[in-house]
Amino acid sequence: MAEATQTGAAAGGGLDLSEIGKDLAITALLGAALFGSTIAFKTETATGGLSLVLRFESAFFVIAAVVVGRLILLLTVWRRPTGGDRTFVPQALQLRYADFLAKTGKAFVPIVLLFAVVFPFLPFTDRYLLDLGILILTYVMLGWGLNIVVGLAGLLDLGYVAFYAVGAYSYALLAQYFGLSFWICLPLAGILAAFWGIILGFPVLRLRGDYLAIVTLAFGEIIRIVLLNWYNFTGGPDGISGIPRPSFFGIPFKRGEGGFADFFGLDYSSIHRIIFLYFLILILALITNFVTIRLRRLPIGRAWEALREDEIACRSLGLNTTSIKLTAFATGAMFAGFAGSFFATRQGFISPESFTFIESALILAIVVLGGMGSQIGVVIASVAMIGGFEIFREAEQYRMLIFGLAMVMIMIWRPRGLIATREPSIFLKEKKAVSADMVAQGEGH
Amino acid sequence: MADKKAPLLTVEHLTMRFGGLLAVNDLSMTAYRGDITALIGPNGAGKTTVFNCLTGFYKPTEGRITMHRNDGEDFLLERMDDFRITKNARFARTFQNIRLFGGMTVLENLMIAQHNPLMRASKQTIGGIFGIASFKRAEKEAIERAEYWLEHINLTQRADDAAADLPYGDQRKLEIARAMCTGPELLCLDEPAAGLNPAESEELNKLLLFVRAECDTGILLIEHDMNVVMGISDHIIVLDYGVKIADGTAEEVRSDPKVIAAYLGVEDEEVDAVGHEIEETAAEVRQ
Repeated sequence: MAEATQTGAAAGGGLDLSEIGKDLAITALLGAALFGSTIAFKTETATGGLSLVLRFESAFFVIAAVVVGRLILLLTVWRRPTGGDRTFVPQALQLRYADFLAKTGKAFVPIVLLFAVVFPFLPFTDRYLLDLGILILTYVMLGWGLNIVVGLAGLLDLGYVAFYAVGAYSYALLAQYFGLSFWICLPLAGILAAFWGIILGFPVLRLRGDYLAIVTLAFGEIIRIVLLNWYNFTGGPDGISGIPRPSFFGIPFKRGEGGFADFFGLDYSSIHRIIFLYFLILILALITNFVTIRLRRLPIGRAWEALREDEIACRSLGLNTTSIKLTAFATGAMFAGFAGSFFATRQGFISPESFTFIESALILAIVVLGGMGSQIGVVIASVAMIGGFEIFREAEQYRMLIFGLAMVMIMIWRPRGLIATREPSIFLKEKKAVSADMVAQGEGH
Repeated sequence: MADKKAPLLTVEHLTMRFGGLLAVNDLSMTAYRGDITALIGPNGAGKTTVFNCLTGFYKPTEGRITMHRNDGEDFLLERMDDFRITKNARFARTFQNIRLFGGMTVLENLMIAQHNPLMRASKQTIGGIFGIASFKRAEKEAIERAEYWLEHINLTQRADDAAADLPYGDQRKLEIARAMCTGPELLCLDEPAAGLNPAESEELNKLLLFVRAECDTGILLIEHDMNVVMGISDHIIVLDYGVKIADGTAEEVRSDPKVIAAYLGVEDEEVDAVGHEIEETAAEVRQ
């Protein structure tokens, strides 16, 4: 069979009918040898011993299915030119795709941004879509935060959700015990999460590759389990409920006197608060993006990327890799902390169940799918992943299966993510995108 | 330029053991300011080990390594972290197998080498986020410095290409330029001519002579290419089995019988005589 595959692949671009005929004949022969014995003859227990049942018809259909399947493969997938391109997509289509991306790329970002701003006021936008928008934006923000650690610094972090949890619990507990408002807790949650980022950073400084991934994974679980078991402080599995909702800079979203609607002379509607939350997360996400883009052009951002490329070379150039790694962990964690406190105020209730490993995996999938280090890639991937999850909500248990399959397809199709180029942080004459093939992926890949 | 023969780097009784293996045995040497010092020796003589001890990648078992900076300050390198050796002692190195940041552009590579001054100028990033003027000025200076080196290695045209895209010879030169961008007072090159064709190694010689002449930077190099070593070195140190067997100018070293025996090879009929000599040397060393 292996030989047959080779001849099939060697058939190359042209349609060689005799080659295909020969290949199919071999397939049929092998199929007959295999299925002829296993399917055509079947023994059944009958009274007084075994009886032989002949099923030539079934065997014939199975062999036919194999031959037809192989024919389809020969005519489609295996027809790609030998050597060179590793992906299954024809060269011409790839070129067109790159061209299309380059053309739309410039207009794409402003259009997406504009859409995000007017989205709550569009006629078809209802409560459900707004909630979905908020969810997607939360993951965009988390993706951008994780992108600093994984995409730029190249440190594989499988426990990112821990910082999200730290941010959420910081706000919930500070509000519960000290009655602090959301606007004071937001920066505090960021600082606390960054602090935990540094705490995680220290033990993993010397770790590379798989070991780094395992320790960060464990860290994520430790935080969750502590939250689950420290009943007196965190409420354990009961979680924390009654977390204060955010106010419009002091004006609460409530019915009647002194409420948001009353203050601005509007009719009261519960959607006001949702729209406010939407803009809140939009602004938080845009701040994350702005800071990341800014940092990339500063020495620290360039040092993160250099760290991903070659740590030893970094040290030989006098870069303190310890502080560079710690700042990457702390900055990434800080944004997760912001997102976490937003999550707490939106939900009004948090429990350790919201911060399981699957969340970390989802955020990491968004970053990898989007193309490591690419900001707009994260947006596309979040919309695809979270939006896709919603579309396939009907399919229930098959949802994960469909997504697993989609991920596999995309990794075959575009192994370096949707946006597979790296934009240089500085240029002399002309900004040329660097192909991702040349970019190192850092530790743990 | 400061006094030509002032020591820049002194190595005293450097010994490096890996378990039972004695890789470097009681090596003492000096590199002088404004000199090109070459460290040569057959394969396995311990050259790269010495290098890794000097640059802090290994901690030597015994010995003292002192870097005398131009401003009169001394640094004991064997006690310093590897990145501080470059940052504070101004001692830069390149690698035998080129270690560029392949996915980053040529210009970015040169900018990363200027990380520490830029970091200071950006007030540890905080000022940089808000785009303070002093940072912009420092960044402009850093780009000018990068351009200066790009001109000298003839890569100005390729400044915005990925470093991994460059041909091998250019990558070597870029790595040297990148090390020079850290503003070193001593530049250590680990086999800079390895894999270069004769024309490229000629260019390399010119670049190294330029560094010595213009930048007030001493050079210490490990090299196999005798064209490079004999052509430009002011001072050659020969290692064999971790022991220093010769130390002097190119002429002195070339005519030293121990060196000829150990490194440059001998005629067939001399093998026995040289063999005795090696045994004697080994006996001396043991004592």
